[in-house]
Amino acid sequence: MHDIRRINLEENILDENDHIAEHINEHMSMHGVLVVNEMGAPGVGKTTSIKNIISNLKEVEPKIRPYVIEGDIESDIDTKHLTELGIDAYQINTFGACHLDAPLIDHQLDHMHMDLDLAEGQRGILFIENIGNLVCPAEFSIGEHVKMLISTVTEGSDKPYKYPLAFEKADIIILSKVDLIPYLDFDEDFYMKGVRALNKDVPVFKVSGKTGEGYKEVADWLAKKAMTLNPKEHAELHAHMHDHDHHHDHDHHHNHDH
Amino acid sequence: MHEYPITEQIIKIACKHCTENKAEKVTKIKLVLGDRSGLVEESIRMYFDVIGEGTPCEGADVEVERVKTKMRCPKCGELFYRELLSFACPKCGTDGEPTDIGKEFYIEYIEVE
Repeated sequence: MHDIRRINLEENILDENDHIAEHINEHMSMHGVLVVNEMGAPGVGKTTSIKNIISNLKEVEPKIRPYVIEGDIESDIDTKHLTELGIDAYQINTFGACHLDAPLIDHQLDHMHMDLDLAEGQRGILFIENIGNLVCPAEFSIGEHVKMLISTVTEGSDKPYKYPLAFEKADIIILSKVDLIPYLDFDEDFYMKGVRALNKDVPVFKVSGKTGEGYKEVADWLAKKAMTLNPKEHAELHAHMHDHDHHHDHDHHHNHDH
Repeated sequence: MHEYPITEQIIKIACKHCTENKAEKVTKIKLVLGDRSGLVEESIRMYFDVIGEGTPCEGADVEVERVKTKMRCPKCGELFYRELLSFACPKCGTDGEPTDIGKEFYIEYIEVE
């Protein structure tokens, strides 16, 4: 007869994912690259938005080099299209999985040979287009600095109420296809009421992939975020964190709240 | 929707602690899952039987405590369960704010022998 023992864990099931995500975030910050986790249902215009933002970035802030990782269940159609436009694009296929997670991104970043050596003063923005799905991607951090939610007027104005997590976690919301508003019963007040209850201060940008309106403002917002990254500070912090494993001889305090 | 990788992770964590505690077998796993995770308990149980086979978790009893999502009214402070297509506080009608109640997603304890 064996004794049964209870071991209290209180261990978060996503701890491992979150640790890897932190590592990715730190690594990309050190290179001066802002990571944008782009989420949204299928057909909301995720790839179109990336293309439009990148073409506006060139004007808004030429010092930014864009990169794209396309997450798809299957196919590399979007990546081919982006590559044809001269954009540094890479493909991830999940073959059935409904979201990207940090271990997958970490593994892919190791194998992509992305040229992250930016010139002094230059910054990067890595757009990671998540799997078309409004539920699962919101739960998994993939090392992003910014969660960018693409929502559209064709989906209907009730989406914040039906998929609250995605709206609550978003750092920026893009409402796309606004050129179609005259043909739809989209209730913008109801939509914004839901958004504001979940996420008081999130910026919401109205855009149209058809006319290109609104994307300049989005590019500007992202560019400002990217330009505030301080690679040197992150490099020091990174070295300091590794230092922690061995000894602690610093007489000053670093901010570990990241 | 993604119960498979989640169940894999649960088994991985439980097996790790079982070994670290020099036990042979996990007899019970207690999970606390908030409704916000949207995970289906039956799917976790189904995958648990498949993935757990041949591991120290095989045959373990899985107990799940669900936590319903609550919002907080910024005006009157009421904690409440929301109605469909609304975030309104049932007491004063103000739209509620998200709280951490319903975000729980952890293994509370395991029992080993």
